[in-house]
Amino acid sequence: MNEMTTVTTAKDWASDQEVRWCPGCGDYAVLKAVQRTMPDLGVAREKTVFVSGIGCSSRFPYYMASYGFHTIHGRAPAFATGIKLANPELDVWIITGDGDALSIGGNHTMHVLRRNLDCQILLFNNEIYGLTKGQYSPTSRVGTRSPSTPFGSVDRPVTPCMFALGSGARFVARGIDVHKNLPDVLKAAHAHRGASFVEIYQNCVVYNDDVFASFTEREVAQEKQLWLKAGEKMLFANGTKGLALDAERLALKVVGADDPAVIVHDPKNKGIAAMLIAMPDSFPMALGVIYESPAPTFDSAVLEQNAAAASGKTADLQKLVSKGQTWMVEKEPHKL
Amino acid sequence: MATATHLLTEKEATAHPPAEAVVVRFAGDSGDGMQLTGGQFTLSTALAGNDLATFPDFPAEIRAPQGTTFGVSAFQINFGSAAIDTAGDAPDVLIAMNPAALKVNVDSLREGGLIIADEGEFTARNLAKAGYEQNPLEDGSLAKWQLVHFNISQLTLDAVKPFGLGNKEALRCKNMWTLGLALWMFDRDRQPIVDWLNQKFAKAPELAEANVAALNAGHAYGETVEMGAPFKQHHIAPAPAEPGLYRTVTGAEALALGLVAGCQLAGIGMFFGSYPITPASPLLHHLARLKEFGITTFQAEDEIAAICAAIGASYAGQLGITSSSGPGIALKTEALGLAIMTELPLIVVNSQRGGPSTGLPTKTEQSDLYQAVYGRNADSPLPVVAARSPADAFECAIEACRIATRYMTPVMLLTDGYIANAAEPWKVPDMSEYAPFPVAFFDKQPAEGEGVMPYARNDELARPWIKPGTPGLEHRIGGIEKQPGTGNIDYSPGAHQKMTETRHQKVANVADSIPDQDVCLGREGAELVVVGWGSTFGPIHQAVRRALAKGQDVAHVHVRHIWPMPKNMSVLLKGFKHILVPEMNMGQFKTVLRDQYLVDAKPLTKVSGHPFRIAEIEAAIDAALGA
Repeated sequence: MNEMTTVTTAKDWASDQEVRWCPGCGDYAVLKAVQRTMPDLGVAREKTVFVSGIGCSSRFPYYMASYGFHTIHGRAPAFATGIKLANPELDVWIITGDGDALSIGGNHTMHVLRRNLDCQILLFNNEIYGLTKGQYSPTSRVGTRSPSTPFGSVDRPVTPCMFALGSGARFVARGIDVHKNLPDVLKAAHAHRGASFVEIYQNCVVYNDDVFASFTEREVAQEKQLWLKAGEKMLFANGTKGLALDAERLALKVVGADDPAVIVHDPKNKGIAAMLIAMPDSFPMALGVIYESPAPTFDSAVLEQNAAAASGKTADLQKLVSKGQTWMVEKEPHKL
Repeated sequence: MATATHLLTEKEATAHPPAEAVVVRFAGDSGDGMQLTGGQFTLSTALAGNDLATFPDFPAEIRAPQGTTFGVSAFQINFGSAAIDTAGDAPDVLIAMNPAALKVNVDSLREGGLIIADEGEFTARNLAKAGYEQNPLEDGSLAKWQLVHFNISQLTLDAVKPFGLGNKEALRCKNMWTLGLALWMFDRDRQPIVDWLNQKFAKAPELAEANVAALNAGHAYGETVEMGAPFKQHHIAPAPAEPGLYRTVTGAEALALGLVAGCQLAGIGMFFGSYPITPASPLLHHLARLKEFGITTFQAEDEIAAICAAIGASYAGQLGITSSSGPGIALKTEALGLAIMTELPLIVVNSQRGGPSTGLPTKTEQSDLYQAVYGRNADSPLPVVAARSPADAFECAIEACRIATRYMTPVMLLTDGYIANAAEPWKVPDMSEYAPFPVAFFDKQPAEGEGVMPYARNDELARPWIKPGTPGLEHRIGGIEKQPGTGNIDYSPGAHQKMTETRHQKVANVADSIPDQDVCLGREGAELVVVGWGSTFGPIHQAVRRALAKGQDVAHVHVRHIWPMPKNMSVLLKGFKHILVPEMNMGQFKTVLRDQYLVDAKPLTKVSGHPFRIAEIEAAIDAALGA
């Protein structure tokens, strides 16, 4: 994150490259949201790096007029770690998908989160492999029919935010590709120092169209979306319903908005965060910043330790190579 | 000296073999502290001015069951008053701390060699564990060697009695007792070891005192006990050496120092990303302590993350380095392709070990040459440099840094388990004699109306290194094929043809800035040339030296730049009548030479996990010459 404020417009953040996603892809909406958000963050293009892995979403860096690195499948968090440690002044964004981050790259996602590298991770979840033409993904629901699972998938999906929380993430949020609130979620992610994990429900029009319609469609949005705000009551359905704790079952329950038991959102409460993430289908989808509890970042800890270990020492190469027990050979070389 | 810079002259080579050289092997249980004993004996040998080479040989298990043959740990040292290039073929002296150590090592002892055994450990139980039906110290089965045995365990217990240690702790001083005896045998100064013990046990003075007492007792035992003819004191005169300051160095240490020096000469910070693996880990351990040189070390979650983070750091303007052994390098290969595609500097160190798969983690081999030169998908060339000895690893590391930054390319630096762990005397280099090769990051703004050109080329075809953070030069790179110049995505046939050829030619251009291949022993155009690379340097050099002494027309060529090879290589090789290539693999470099130069290179292969013995190469030379 930059201390200095730089004035840019959304247009300044669009590169000259032609965008090549399928018409109607949710990625367009996310790209626009990010380009619209960047000027509000006051960051400079030259200090911003978008890093991605492989997949439809991973083409993203080519379309941003910042620095960008399109790397290999699943490994973006590892590249981002090297970039941030080599130059902590850079503002690093990781763009990834459900296959990239949770299948081939699950290990790196776990470690970048537990280390708490200062970066933003935008996981575009469309519950499908798009670029390889429609196979099921680790977030696909049981029974998903795809070219590789013609009779329906049988393995249970991973819940991205639960994975993040379990990995030790200190910032977990959710957004929807076309929703007007996405820029606010991005801003909150950027403001958080440390690894900010944002799952974005992104519609794949070609291979998995409307998979999130049950909570994203306009007609159900009020009933099925709960937008969380720190310090405010957890209300939805036009403010008529709320969430409360069923203390006996240690679970959440839906109550009337006027019920005094309606919970006030405290993003630091990890237990409630876990419940919000895991709410069953009969509940609304928890959106916005679900969990935020800042902790020292990996990059700052590494930097501090490097500085402490180096303090009082000089980088004298001659001294270094001469270290240890040495001896002097003084006589002339032997006669040949 | 065994350093790469000390190449024997022909005159020196035809002289008689070393007047005095002794090979000693310390062998015991992996908990007996044999590596420590060997290390301290090495130090005392270096301080006495002998040239030396060592070979630590330890089991893959950290603590194998006590007394078993697979738990035996050994340390061999060859030292003498003339140049020493190998750890020695057959030991002259074997110090066996238990029956298993005797069983595993005795057959390599030269006929007539001396066995010193701790009879206190030759109990019925230990004999059974080692698979002996009778006590070999008593049944005459060791008759072709000279045997002395005494109860080292009991003598140690007696020596440390005044310090009130428990039985177990007291017995741990056995290795110092043995070291004391060895120091007496070779007329060595005990003081440096005493100093080291006092420092090591500064927080437990009673342990320091007990160990010193054991050391002194072992020494006194040699001096006072009359054991008869085989057991006598030897004095090995100092070896001739270039005047100057010396220290001992292991390959891993020299490599670490060379990488630090390379980054300093390039004027950039180092990012070292690594995942623990035998025998590569010591490099990470050494570098982790050197923060004042602008080094960030990162123990990644796996081999892949280690190289990816290193590439990320190179992208951001430091020199990314990653290090592993064969199986780990295999995991890094996809990322290596990205570094080739994005043309970022990177150093990949491979400390080779026996394979395939987990193979022989603690044993040495040179079988990752194909992997280094050919082992990637697609046309993915990269320069390969191979170190020949611990001291040479320093020079090779600097060379790898130079090539990586000058040509914007990943470089593979090959070493092996033997080089990594072996120690040799090293003339401390004068760093002012090394020419800096400062990195220039590109920051020139594009002309009005022109875009950023991250894939523009200089005369050598290297692209500019543009750090994120540089205003006005924002651009995107990635693994997709790109348009020459702009680097924009471009799948067109013309772009791929052009970019593939450019990447190929750029790596070939490295040959323009490396020295011609030299002949380090013998004459150009000899009847037979023995061509080696990597850690086979020592045994080849000594074997050729002996062959020259016998009047055979043989030469030794040792190749550092494996890819691309020096420009004179073709003419040089074709001038020799026969070509013999000894390697610790099934003939990989032989294949590369045949492939590149259409020469009739003949292999000499060994994959036992141990380095070549001089005699093995000598025999192959004789066979090749029909002698």
